[in-house]
Amino acid sequence: MFRYLALALLSAAPALADEPTLKPGPGRDVVQASCATCHTLSYIRMNSVFLTPDVWKAEVAKMRTAFGAPIDDSAADTIVKYLSETYATAPKS
Amino acid sequence: MNRRQMLTGLGGAALAAGPARAVDKPFWLSPQLPAGTREEATLEALPGKQKLIRLTDRPPNYETPIESFRTPITPNDEFFVRYHLADIPLMDQLNGWSLTVGGDAAERQVTLSLDDLRGFEQMEVAAVCQCSGNRRGLSTPHVPGVEWGYGAMGNAVWRGPRLKDVLAKAGVKAGAAEVWLNGADGPVLPTTPDFLKSLPMDKAMADEVIVATMMNGQPLPHLNGYPARIVVPGWTATYWMKHVTGIQVSSKPLENFWVKAAYRVPAGMFPVDRPFPTQDNEKTWPITEMVVNSVIADPVGGARLTAAGFTIEGVAWDRGHGIRQVEVSLDGGKSWKPAALGKDLGRFAFRAFSFPTGRIEAGNYVLSSRATNNAGETQVDTLKFNPAGYHNNVPQQIPVTVA
Repeated sequence: MFRYLALALLSAAPALADEPTLKPGPGRDVVQASCATCHTLSYIRMNSVFLTPDVWKAEVAKMRTAFGAPIDDSAADTIVKYLSETYATAPKS
Repeated sequence: MNRRQMLTGLGGAALAAGPARAVDKPFWLSPQLPAGTREEATLEALPGKQKLIRLTDRPPNYETPIESFRTPITPNDEFFVRYHLADIPLMDQLNGWSLTVGGDAAERQVTLSLDDLRGFEQMEVAAVCQCSGNRRGLSTPHVPGVEWGYGAMGNAVWRGPRLKDVLAKAGVKAGAAEVWLNGADGPVLPTTPDFLKSLPMDKAMADEVIVATMMNGQPLPHLNGYPARIVVPGWTATYWMKHVTGIQVSSKPLENFWVKAAYRVPAGMFPVDRPFPTQDNEKTWPITEMVVNSVIADPVGGARLTAAGFTIEGVAWDRGHGIRQVEVSLDGGKSWKPAALGKDLGRFAFRAFSFPTGRIEAGNYVLSSRATNNAGETQVDTLKFNPAGYHNNVPQQIPVTVA
């Protein structure tokens, strides 16, 4: 990470200082702190708005199981709820 | 202050200061992309690069603007950038670079310097490097991932030793099953699996597969894999390991997230010449060979043109059979006319095509292109949907107006 930080400082856009703003909503601080550890929050905005709550849930699960994100069950629930309420489309009936 | 607090703090500081940077939008973006992607996509120049379309900056995922595909060689400073993981070594950290070649199915382990690589017989191949997920953002329905438009690809002349000659330094034993590839970039957290990929032995030993140290006559750009990357002509870029530091000849199939869960397509949906039996299963295969495809770089959608006429220009490519024909349509695919093909740069390269309309009546037109390769394969009429949004070779539908 620190190596990439150094790279970012060379470029026009310092990565962390330019972290995009997510839509307001309950749990946003947990989302920002958890997700931005490894990647820009642009991933969330880029993947909107078309995922269903179930797909967001699966994405969060993938971050924990496949990518080893240190997010506990409670934080994961908060993240899924936030993404489902702010960046998801309605589930298919 | 731990890292999370630091991140939050910095975010807060940035908010308080207010965003001052002017947003520079791409010349053209596909209207098929998700709305959030269209909002997020911004033009930005990384060190050593022209302005590319930034989708994410950490890790960096920047695509080449569509207008760059008017020529069959993609300049190094316009070449797309794609990383999975955000810990990327800086140039000065790569200056002591070396490559270790060994593994349980090698006779010995050897360590090679950049000079050592230059001491092998040097091969040159013009080849398309295309992200497996190129055009994912055009998938219907949309699927999660990096929402690429048309520009997660480029064509360059790559130069370096054959991989098989490098492997011979370590000696390949009978019973070798795969060649495992590792690069110097890695994850932010130690709990995240490092990015390793593998090749089946027969592809690894193919003449066209090289360890490239040069790209279009220059050293590899930092963010395209300096100082050496694996070049696997015909196959998608997930195998083209950047900043390659480790090559292992293995008696066993590689097992990690990147080969077992990611980069897979439904078994049999996209036929290939060269299977990957050590990684195939009943339900899915690894994505390997590209599908025949083409892109119109000019005009772009929404262009307003004149009755004097215009030239439809772009490039076509496939998995290594070479392009036989490109046709264009001005009526959205109802009728097709052959385009002129540009110089043949080799069977793995972009093949330029052009079609001058001559004088043309005022009205609305829908432009499309359709390539056919030397195996007789043609772009599909309807998307072969798959969960990761791979291999989209449906012809574009480009509305333009002549007035």
